[in-house]
Amino acid sequence: MNDMTPTREQRTAALEGMGCKRKRVEDIRFTQGKGNYVDDVKLPGMLHGDFVRSPHPHARVKKIDDSEALKVPGVLAVITAETLKTVNLAWMPTLAGDVQMVLADGKVLFQNQEVAFVVATDRYAADDGINKVVVEYEPLPPLIDPFKSMDADAPVLREDLAGKTSGAHGPRKHHNHIFEWTVGDKELTDAAFKKAEVTIKEMISYHRTHPSPLETCQCVCSFDKIKGELTIYGTFQAPHVIRTVVSLIAKLPEQKIHVIAPDIGGGFGNKVGAYPGYICAAVASIVTGKPVKWVEDRIENLTATSFARDYHMTTEIAATKDGKVTGLRVHVLADHGAFDACADPSKWPAGFFNIVTGSYDFPTAHLAVDGVYTNKAPGGVAYRCSFRVTEAAYCIERAMDILAQKLNMDPAELRLKNFIKSEQFPYHSALGWEYDSGDYHTAMRKMMETTGYAALRKEQAEKRAAFARGETREIMGLGVSFFTEIVGAGPSKNCDILGIAMFDSCEIRMHPTGAGIARMGTKSQGQGHETTWAQIIATEIGIPADNIQVEEGNTDTAPYGLGTYGSRSTPVAGAAIAMAARKIKAKAQMIAAYKLEVHEDDLEWDIDGFRVKGLPEKFMSMKDICWAAYNSVPPGMEPGLEAVSYYDPPNMTYPFGAYLCVMDIDVDTGVYKVRRFYALDDCGTRINPMIIEGQVHGGLTEAFAIAMGQEIRYDETGNVVTGSFMDFFMPTAVETPHWETDFTVTPSPHHPIGAKGVGESPNVGGVPAFSNAVNDAFSFLGSTHIQMPHDYWRNWKAAKELGAVA
Amino acid sequence: MIAPSPAGRDRPANVRALSAKDEWEETMIPGSFSYHRPASVADAVKLLSDLGEDARPLAGGHSLVPMMKLRLATPAHLVDLHGIAGLKGIRRDGNNLVIGAMTTQHDLLASDEVGKSVPILNEAALLIADPQVRYRGTIGGNVANGDPGNDMPALMMTLGATYRLEGPGGAREVAAAEFYQGAYFTALEPGEILTSISVPVPPAGHGYAYEKLKRKVGDYATAAAAVVLTMAGDKVATCTIGLTNVHETPLLAADAANAVIGTSLDATSLKNAAAAAEAIMSPAADARGPVEYRKHVGGIMVTRALQRAAANTK
Ligand SMILES: Cc1cc2nc3c(=O)[nH]c(=O)nc-3n(C[C@H](O)[C@H](O)[C@H](O)COP(=O)(O)OP(=O)(O)OC[C@H]3O[C@@H](n4cnc5c(N)ncnc54)[C@H](O)[C@@H]3O)c2cc1C
Repeated sequence: MNDMTPTREQRTAALEGMGCKRKRVEDIRFTQGKGNYVDDVKLPGMLHGDFVRSPHPHARVKKIDDSEALKVPGVLAVITAETLKTVNLAWMPTLAGDVQMVLADGKVLFQNQEVAFVVATDRYAADDGINKVVVEYEPLPPLIDPFKSMDADAPVLREDLAGKTSGAHGPRKHHNHIFEWTVGDKELTDAAFKKAEVTIKEMISYHRTHPSPLETCQCVCSFDKIKGELTIYGTFQAPHVIRTVVSLIAKLPEQKIHVIAPDIGGGFGNKVGAYPGYICAAVASIVTGKPVKWVEDRIENLTATSFARDYHMTTEIAATKDGKVTGLRVHVLADHGAFDACADPSKWPAGFFNIVTGSYDFPTAHLAVDGVYTNKAPGGVAYRCSFRVTEAAYCIERAMDILAQKLNMDPAELRLKNFIKSEQFPYHSALGWEYDSGDYHTAMRKMMETTGYAALRKEQAEKRAAFARGETREIMGLGVSFFTEIVGAGPSKNCDILGIAMFDSCEIRMHPTGAGIARMGTKSQGQGHETTWAQIIATEIGIPADNIQVEEGNTDTAPYGLGTYGSRSTPVAGAAIAMAARKIKAKAQMIAAYKLEVHEDDLEWDIDGFRVKGLPEKFMSMKDICWAAYNSVPPGMEPGLEAVSYYDPPNMTYPFGAYLCVMDIDVDTGVYKVRRFYALDDCGTRINPMIIEGQVHGGLTEAFAIAMGQEIRYDETGNVVTGSFMDFFMPTAVETPHWETDFTVTPSPHHPIGAKGVGESPNVGGVPAFSNAVNDAFSFLGSTHIQMPHDYWRNWKAAKELGAVA
Repeated sequence: MIAPSPAGRDRPANVRALSAKDEWEETMIPGSFSYHRPASVADAVKLLSDLGEDARPLAGGHSLVPMMKLRLATPAHLVDLHGIAGLKGIRRDGNNLVIGAMTTQHDLLASDEVGKSVPILNEAALLIADPQVRYRGTIGGNVANGDPGNDMPALMMTLGATYRLEGPGGAREVAAAEFYQGAYFTALEPGEILTSISVPVPPAGHGYAYEKLKRKVGDYATAAAAVVLTMAGDKVATCTIGLTNVHETPLLAADAANAVIGTSLDATSLKNAAAAAEAIMSPAADARGPVEYRKHVGGIMVTRALQRAAANTK
């Protein structure tokens, strides 16, 4: 070997594989304004559609008069439920087993519901047309408060369900009841409470909010009458599922539907489901014979396409005097709005909310969830979280703080006392999950040491004394959060969407020059798949990440997969990528053995190629193997180097983390300052630390927004009062706190590369940290629980109610 | 049913041409309009008079265009003032600072003259929206708009500024304190344009502060208070207080100011000032908070502005 021979370190570094802070390759186009989003799609003769929407939260639609609208120059068609009925599309199935109106059919059930779709030659004409559609309504009493939804005299919202005593998830108790879902051992849990030395009970609400991606939901539908083919460009987190759903409801053969999800400007769960806009644009294209674009504006996005949360969780913990938890009982009232359009795996009406035992060793637990209808927009999507995991994490993390307060114990100490111990993994939780791996004590202690937790508590005690003496008007709170997520839906034994198992897929084709293309069933919306997927392949097969082109989102070319949401891409598709790469490697080993004239078993893998054991100079690089795959494969072997993997995960993965928020609140104005925020995440094997850090920063910023003010609020008459970014809290860089990130690494034992997924952890763990900080700040004044969001005026109100301001 | 203003703000009362049916419309796409770009004030005035009710002057567009997108304003004609030379600029005229209507908020921030002679203008301009808005938004549009949420009107009242209005009947001067009649209702007559603002320069060594509570960058005030004062020894000699977004018009809090004149801003007089200010506030409840909160923090803004103004006198 001469001096020019690269060292092992140099060879490894050249791959930019797993563990490398590889720069995001997609940013080259994004930062230059060269991304290709749906609104960039412009097809010849393309028309534009937009909705007439309901001003009323609940009303009968007496008449829709489109005659004046059709006179507006440029307006070509006005589509109503009557039009849709001719193609049997006035209603559509939801992912949750309910049905949903595409356009108002006799009634409207929430403000801004889609009533008619105006199609015109441009967007301005479409909106002029909307202005001229006259809709006659007969207002009905609105039902806004979910706690009144099952009153005997509550208005009937869903007349289409009259007489239906059971729904997709079992019996219905009331005309506005959707389902009841129970998990756990009720008797055992009740017994634990009877015996308990200490109990707490609190109704903990997680308010309605919205994922609000920068790019709103949109599509371009183009129907080719001659070929009988429908092409849909759309902002889809799950393009393959969309194609299947369209095929099933539009009765078009699946191969005649082409779904293309180009670059996506954020999804966060908002772009999983199917919306009336997609159906109307498709029907409009069929009706007019022209491509039709539908692009939501911000108000429409916030008020009509999927909201998140709206869970009202009555939570009880039983414990011993010295702080050992003995039982957990939770009842959730889940406000689903007018239709049950939750995007959960089909058998899970409340998602994975039964992760609510969190990081603690509860011997027994019982959970009941009642889903109800109200006159609000449908949805209930997983806003940057695995299905309802954020709600669960908030519920248990808030409740543990309440218990700590009651026991007069430090919240961190109470958690340490009740954590599942590392030797208990795999751990079977009282509500049915098998946690794969964890080391909670180490993570918690690292958080406490790094932040100087004990000193912060001391400072807090001093500040409280100073407050009592009237020397300051500021109070200080420490928000501890220790979350366990459940991500990577999911194993076919318990996860499917409309009957399709929630596997994911990868197809890799290596070309003669040692470069390749890899396609997956997932779809990046900003997560950086083009960067990280190539890194997994680079490490697995020894080809530089730069030589791997990653492609997602085109249903014609990508293998079938269930898409990107619920932190499932790395746990599921990430595994498929490793498995497909290993198939490539196995074939490569056969080719190398043939070329090096040894038995396969005499070869060993060495960073970027195979080496004959004991003969270091006899080496064949992967690059050379790729070439050989196209001209000199062993006799009887097919040429080429290509592999596909469809990965059905054996279990979920369970990322976890320890967060701390330090906050100061001015009681006179309610203005808060986040002085410090520390986030330790354990997502198992770390593929790209820089992308992880970016994901954590983004998720924490969302968590901050949600906890401190971001809500979709309805007034008592059913008006949405938070329909724009003026009132729907979207923090700018100025308001966003500084984030300190840290990590531990506990690989998943069942995942091929040990990775667990991280995209959603910061949202899941962040919200309780902020809320606990606010609650902790006020606790010495006598409060036990203050509901989110903690915006300025509500902080002031809390201070006032606690007697801290006159 | 009254539709909520999608922007979460009250529908401007004097937006002349509401959507055809004056009912629910959910859109962010403006209706059609024609565009005019006169080269002189006389031409602009003539255009506005000829086109009548359906014409509106366009300055930076950062109040008007958002309303047009929501179709809360549907002017058929926009008369863009950007083509008129002489409407822009800041000059000292004796004891007055004269600011052309088309001077942007960014121009105010960049001006040494403003920083030297009326520093409170600088301070308040920096609290308006974000740099993008400040590059386009003009001082004339800000004060002429009549939006109680705008920061400059209360400030102009506090400083005793006068507005020069030019219309078909010639030019006239109106005191800022006389200009605001209701939300989006001002003393501007049809066809009139506000061409400049004249601000008397406060005495050297005066104290000033603009305290604005807002939820985030880009938000209008939950409540804000402007204070300009002078001290004689440790006592307040003169004091003017203006209030933003706590009433349908900007307010001068004369009683609050009187409550501190002659005092050394002791706890009691500060309390009296806050109470006197709160007494004239009547904010609307909105997502910024209920009425009680907005008044309460309005009082706190007054207190804090007084304290800071007193502390920075020279
Ligand atoms: C996101 C955002 C946040 C904002 N936050 C704030 C804030 O916190 N505080 C604040 O004060 N402002 C705020 N603004 C408003 C901003 O300062 C506007 O630029 C300003 O209010 C209007 O100035 P303009 O030049 O843009 O006027 P335009 O929008 O062009 O005009 C506004 C109105 O005044 C009329 N008009 C304009 N110029 C004249 C004139 N010379 N004579 C007669 N009539 C005229 C127009 O016809 C129109 O009716 C915000 C704006 C945005 C978009």
